[in-house]
Amino acid sequence: MHEKADVWQGTLALMVLKTLEAMGALHGYGIARRIEQTSGDRLSLNYGTLYPALLKLEQEGSIASEWGVSENNRKAKFYRLTRAGRKQLEKESQDWQQTTDILAQFLKPSADRA
Amino acid sequence: MKRTRSWILRLTGILPNARRERERADELNGHLQMHIDENLRSGMTPAQARREALLKLGGVEAGRQAYRERATLPFVENLLKDVRFSLRQLGKNLGFTTTAILMLALGLCASVSIFAFVDAALLKPLPYRDSNRLVGVFETVPMFPQSNLSYPDYLDWKKENKVFRSLDVYERSGFTMATPSGPEPARGARVSDGFFSTLGVTPVLGRDFYTGEDLSSAPRTVLLSYSAWQQRYGGRRDVLGKTVTLNSLPNVIIGVLPKDFHFAPAEPADFWATLHPASECDLRRSCHSLYGVARLKDGVTMETALANVVSIAKQLERQYPGSNRDQGAALAPLSEVISGRIRPILLVLLGGAALLLLIAGVNVAGLLLVRSESRKREIAVRTALGASPGRLLSQFVTEGVVLAAAGSALGLTLAYWTMQLLVKLIPEQMLQGMPFLIGLGWNVRVLGFAAAISVLAALLFSLTPALHLSLSETHDGLAEGSRGSAGTTWRRLGSKLVMVELATAMVLLVGAGLLGKSLYRLLQVDIGLQPDHLVTIQVAAPDASYGKPEQAVALEREVLRRIANLPGVQSAGISSDIPMQGWGDTTWVRILGRPWHGEHLEMPERDVSADYFTTLGAKLVRGRYFAEDEDATKPRVAIINQAFGKKYFPGEDPMGKQLSGLSTPPVPIQIVGIVEDIKEGSLDSANQPALYFPFHQAPGNFFNVVVRTTQGDQSLLAALASTIRGINPGIVTFGAATMNELVARSAYPHRSTAWLVGGFAVLALLLSVAGLYGVVAYSVSQRTREIGVRMALGAQPAAVYQLILKEAGWLAAAGILAGLLCAVGAGRLLSGLLFGVRSWDIPTLAAVAVVLGLAALLASFLPARRAASVNPVDALRAE
Repeated sequence: MHEKADVWQGTLALMVLKTLEAMGALHGYGIARRIEQTSGDRLSLNYGTLYPALLKLEQEGSIASEWGVSENNRKAKFYRLTRAGRKQLEKESQDWQQTTDILAQFLKPSADRA
Repeated sequence: MKRTRSWILRLTGILPNARRERERADELNGHLQMHIDENLRSGMTPAQARREALLKLGGVEAGRQAYRERATLPFVENLLKDVRFSLRQLGKNLGFTTTAILMLALGLCASVSIFAFVDAALLKPLPYRDSNRLVGVFETVPMFPQSNLSYPDYLDWKKENKVFRSLDVYERSGFTMATPSGPEPARGARVSDGFFSTLGVTPVLGRDFYTGEDLSSAPRTVLLSYSAWQQRYGGRRDVLGKTVTLNSLPNVIIGVLPKDFHFAPAEPADFWATLHPASECDLRRSCHSLYGVARLKDGVTMETALANVVSIAKQLERQYPGSNRDQGAALAPLSEVISGRIRPILLVLLGGAALLLLIAGVNVAGLLLVRSESRKREIAVRTALGASPGRLLSQFVTEGVVLAAAGSALGLTLAYWTMQLLVKLIPEQMLQGMPFLIGLGWNVRVLGFAAAISVLAALLFSLTPALHLSLSETHDGLAEGSRGSAGTTWRRLGSKLVMVELATAMVLLVGAGLLGKSLYRLLQVDIGLQPDHLVTIQVAAPDASYGKPEQAVALEREVLRRIANLPGVQSAGISSDIPMQGWGDTTWVRILGRPWHGEHLEMPERDVSADYFTTLGAKLVRGRYFAEDEDATKPRVAIINQAFGKKYFPGEDPMGKQLSGLSTPPVPIQIVGIVEDIKEGSLDSANQPALYFPFHQAPGNFFNVVVRTTQGDQSLLAALASTIRGINPGIVTFGAATMNELVARSAYPHRSTAWLVGGFAVLALLLSVAGLYGVVAYSVSQRTREIGVRMALGAQPAAVYQLILKEAGWLAAAGILAGLLCAVGAGRLLSGLLFGVRSWDIPTLAAVAVVLGLAALLASFLPARRAASVNPVDALRAE
């Protein structure tokens, strides 16, 4: 049970970092919407999932936050990528890419067996 | 790095922070509002927009919880919560909390303070290099299994042995030191040149003795103890090369010994001088004054070493039959020589303290059981509300740890004071002979011991209620009136614990009883003199003025004349040794008129003035005391004690018989009197044959004065010293004491042991009786309804009393009986410390059983009375 959550948390962190890289500073709601849109609405993020992940990234120093005003004049906390976060994103993207490549190799229907 | 940073942030997140909470709420609110805004924009009605947004957001509480768990460290937070809760719980039940903490503190204090002594005396490594390779070296004679070596014997042993890397000797020795304000007694020792290198001790300042520096031809040099360096010379480094005049001879200070150095068998010693064998005793093979210390060669065992020295002693016996007849050899580990005598006492005390700790622990465990029993409902409610077993367990553990921590903190504080107090209670003279106890206090081993006990206590305190809880079914707790069955479980366990307590208390009480009775017997011992109004002082006169026999006799006459003129003096006498200091200082004699083949009878010799015996208040059995004019010009005479007569003249009249020294031709000494045995050695030693000569026929310039007074012993002691020194400023006096002080000093080991074990026993009695009271009172409270029913059905108060007292009586009887059996076993371990009492002394066992029985009766009578006064109507309604 815990392990599943950890995996999810791990990929969520990567998504958050990538989103912030692409969009610049963004508030929690914006991040959630962006991730959902990018996933083609296949993912749904609720408050209990997203905010602990943001907190964790902030505690680890990958992102930083400051209060600002949203496009609709709502007071909101804006998150942005730090230098450490950029480095982490680079490294984790590579790792993830490698993992998916390997998995893809495994899952590819094998030709030589036939 | 990343991880550390986040841990620190989470740790600080535990602290409540209003601003952070508000921001968190703001952020959530903003999130919700933005979603609503967007929904509105996409054409929903306000109500729809809000509903949809809330749904999407998910469970707000669950979200908040997930956020909190990330923001802080949940287990630390829970722990803090548990601690807060424990403190509140413990605070709510102050009676229980105080009792539990006090009991643990008491047990911990007793065992840790005694352990500190055990550590200082027995565990702490000796301040010598490889101290387990060091041995004490002795000659043996029938009278003393560990006797001194003579200087010539030492030289032969040193030369002939093949088992020691080095062999050296030492002798405790008082000096007269010249100071600007006149001569003063100084404490010191004489050692052979290699003494410190054998021990592996290097001076912190200056140098050790050179080889050959202990010979009479070498210039005299001396090493200072660290404390003498600090106190007498202010710790100045230029002390090296200075001269100190000891016994009228100049000694050059060549070094200072390390601060932690001690050597109990030769202490107290400020000045460590070299042997410089010159006296008549040093040169005579039959004069034994030195103790040996040796370092075994690598690979040599004690047995091999002993065999070697025994063969050397045999060889010397053949070579010098006159002086070395019956002189054997003995070895002992140096640690035994240093602290072997107090080892049994300390072990008994440690055992006593451990038993007390056991009782205290059992008692607290019992209290915790009662408490967890009465908290059953609370636990059941918490379980019903969803508390997991782990969460409940952690609550118990926290409570146990909090209790144990508080008890330990208090106990350790008390232990610190107790240690200091106990050291202060040791008489100065005794403490000086046990330098390893100086500076006793906390160290790694003592703290480790204390920590081990604290951890055990924490385990006991947290696991007892947890175990109890897991044994009983929690859902029972919610049902009203369910006390019956669960109460019985506890009563059974609690009863067993109380039996253990009573049995342990019994053991301690019997131990205290036996030691107390020994002490009483010891103080009743007939020492052969009247100690009240008797004072003594030691006198050392310089050889230069008083070394010749006639000079010593003249000094003795002058001392006695001047003292007789002091106010309050009834009579005064002089002796070479005072009573209760040991059966040493012996001489060899033979009985004339019997066949003789060189064997010698060894016994203590005392050279006493004519009025010595009357001053002591000794009792003359036959014959007469010495006459004032019985000096070297008159025939030699002697007085013997009764033990002498019994041993060497059984069935004969010793009066008029003649003794002689071992010289040829013999010089006859006629026995002119028999006195009742005077206790020359310690109070607990057996009487031995002793021989008294007239001081004028064997004078010396180092003697003791005893004075019988009619008033003010203490004021006379001061007057004595100044009167004697008034004769000649070169004379020093020391060791002034009343005879009763000497008696008390001799009884001190027995007295201190008896008092300490007695203290433990009284505490044990109180604790175990309190435990019994607890069990019975709890049982009564659980059976209130039953008792109410019985009384409603016509039971008389007497029947209720019987019901309760019978239960308590069984417990007490079983505990006492078990205790009796254990006490008889434990008594055997004690037998080495007992005097005049057997370890299975029936009166003591019976008396202790009665005392414990009565105390138990009292403890159960109170709850029984409460039970008998129950109003049946109230009791039935209460349920």
